[in-house]
Amino acid sequence: MSVYESWDAQRGAEIIAENSHVEGATLVILHALQEAFGYVPEAAIPMVAEALNLSRAEVHGTFTFYHDFRRKPAGKHVLKLCRAEACQAAGGDAVAARAEAKLGIKLGNTTADERVTLEPIYCLGLCATAPSAMLDGRVIGMLDEARVDALIAEAQQ
Amino acid sequence: MSSLRIFIPRDAGAIAVGADETVAALEQAAAKRNATIEIVRTGSRGLYWLEPMVEVATPKGRVAFGPVKEADAASVLDAILKDGPHALRQGLTEEIPWLKRQTRLTFARCGIIDPRSIDDYRAHDGYKGLERALTLTSDAILADVTTSGLRGRGGAGFPTGIKWKTVAQTSAGQKYIVCNADEGDSGTFADRMIMEGDPFVVIEGMTIAGIAVGATKGYVYIRSEYPHAIEAMNAAIAAGRRAGYLGSGVCGSKHAFDLEVRVGAGAYVCGEETSLLESLEGRRGIVRAKPPLPAHKGLFGKPTVINNVLSFAAIPFILAGGAKAYADYGMGRSRGTMPIQLAGNVKYGGLFETAFGITLGELIDNVGGGTRTGRPVRAVQVGGPLGAYFPRALFDTPFDYEAFAARDGLIGHAGVVVFDDTVDMAKQARFAMEFCAIESCGKCTPCRIGSIRGVETIDRIRAGERVEQNLAVVEDLCNTMKFGSLCALGGFTPYPVMSALTHFREDFGPAPTSLQAAE
Repeated sequence: MSVYESWDAQRGAEIIAENSHVEGATLVILHALQEAFGYVPEAAIPMVAEALNLSRAEVHGTFTFYHDFRRKPAGKHVLKLCRAEACQAAGGDAVAARAEAKLGIKLGNTTADERVTLEPIYCLGLCATAPSAMLDGRVIGMLDEARVDALIAEAQQ
Repeated sequence: MSSLRIFIPRDAGAIAVGADETVAALEQAAAKRNATIEIVRTGSRGLYWLEPMVEVATPKGRVAFGPVKEADAASVLDAILKDGPHALRQGLTEEIPWLKRQTRLTFARCGIIDPRSIDDYRAHDGYKGLERALTLTSDAILADVTTSGLRGRGGAGFPTGIKWKTVAQTSAGQKYIVCNADEGDSGTFADRMIMEGDPFVVIEGMTIAGIAVGATKGYVYIRSEYPHAIEAMNAAIAAGRRAGYLGSGVCGSKHAFDLEVRVGAGAYVCGEETSLLESLEGRRGIVRAKPPLPAHKGLFGKPTVINNVLSFAAIPFILAGGAKAYADYGMGRSRGTMPIQLAGNVKYGGLFETAFGITLGELIDNVGGGTRTGRPVRAVQVGGPLGAYFPRALFDTPFDYEAFAARDGLIGHAGVVVFDDTVDMAKQARFAMEFCAIESCGKCTPCRIGSIRGVETIDRIRAGERVEQNLAVVEDLCNTMKFGSLCALGGFTPYPVMSALTHFREDFGPAPTSLQAAE
């Protein structure tokens, strides 16, 4: 699990300033903001636009295009299940169904207690040890029922 | 007494099945036995069913054990210390048939060297290509790349020599080298493996490209799903700068070249080169219309060489005097070797680098050993989410760009995903459309809308609703997408859909003839 700072405009401005000198900085800044705060606060969008001399619409457009960037904080733990073909071939459908049933939520949602966010991911490049998953940045392959249950228990702690 | 050298991968695929835990257990076991061991974290050899694979240096070569789980570590260490037998002992690594029958040119060092050590890279023929390139003219470097017959390994198979030549001949104050490491195709992991296991070979290939075309700056665009590769490339770039291989004077020459890693943000379409360039510039990953080609107007409007990781990784061997040798491998217009990736429901999955020309059947049955579940192979998808599904009847197809195209398929980035007989091909066809709908950049209508209509129509077919008429709609949609889309996402989604329909018609509900027969 990752620990994030809570949003603070001054800290946000620092992060933007630190990264705005690079070529094509928008994604670099959005990544840096999300790494610090766990999501990209809406208040940061006009600040990024201002720093890069872009319109708010352009930054908003970039922000919303990419699956990675979050509008609000995720659950305490994020469990990503690979739903692409290689994992489908190796029993990934059953793994996803089991995780959804155990957590009582569908992929793409967060549990009511905000402990676990369950997300689909399209390929972790662990296709020879499928099905695979990522829990808070840690990779796990060869998922079977027991390993899924253990992962979920860990995420729920 | 010198310590025992033990090699365990830090490759994400090995870590995913417990390599880190095995390392900890080995260290603990060694401490208990007062044995001095030195653990070197390498890349993976690519024999994933044996991961975590533990190798030990012996006078005869490295001896492999695998798969060594945490609980096996102590007994494996005992076997290593006594040079005794063990159930997981695989013998000399280089003699393992699966590895021995490969032709490893690009992956020659992967799994052998310490990817953090530039000295280890140099000790294994690293930077020989660059050293030679620095003595050559731009034209001579381009001639070598052309002679090798290398075609872009990202999927499109465009001749690399021609691409580089175009950039070299375009004059501009600034040119760029961009490495496409947005390896989003399911079933592919070769880019990830080489970045994690031999990152300097990618850096060397990009540096040679920079010198050949007169570019001083390069970017490696890596997908965010690959944190280990990002870390490995960043560490290698820093090491390259410290050792003078990157920076204002590459190896003391007049050539300047430096690299930067940029991280994607979870958009599959950014593997398409113009979309990737847009993303690098900080915008939505919307596909650009071509022309202008990136070679003329690429990153920030400047002439840009954009190639896949494996294309760059093939270059050092070629420039180290291997252009002709490289071209001697392969068949037809597909020259050299291809790092093929066996994935999905396969018994022996992993990285199999071999000359073009091996048949699909050899790959699946011989090399892959059939399915992991032990059930019959029913379909294989070659080339990622945009690749066709082939039935056993097409297993005689040789691995070759043209041979696959002739059978309405593609080799793409050479990922091969195996499915057993429990697969529902109508479901797979639906997924292909669904994936296209999720990942479409939205610029062109056939892809953006066609994929959504495709999902809806296949749902109707699966519900048994007017099957024949709806199949005709799917076929029509596929034609529109194939010929009307701006890039390969919309343009190639018809491959998995139509191949599923053509070769596995029975999964789409009863055919009219059998309906009539039943009446």
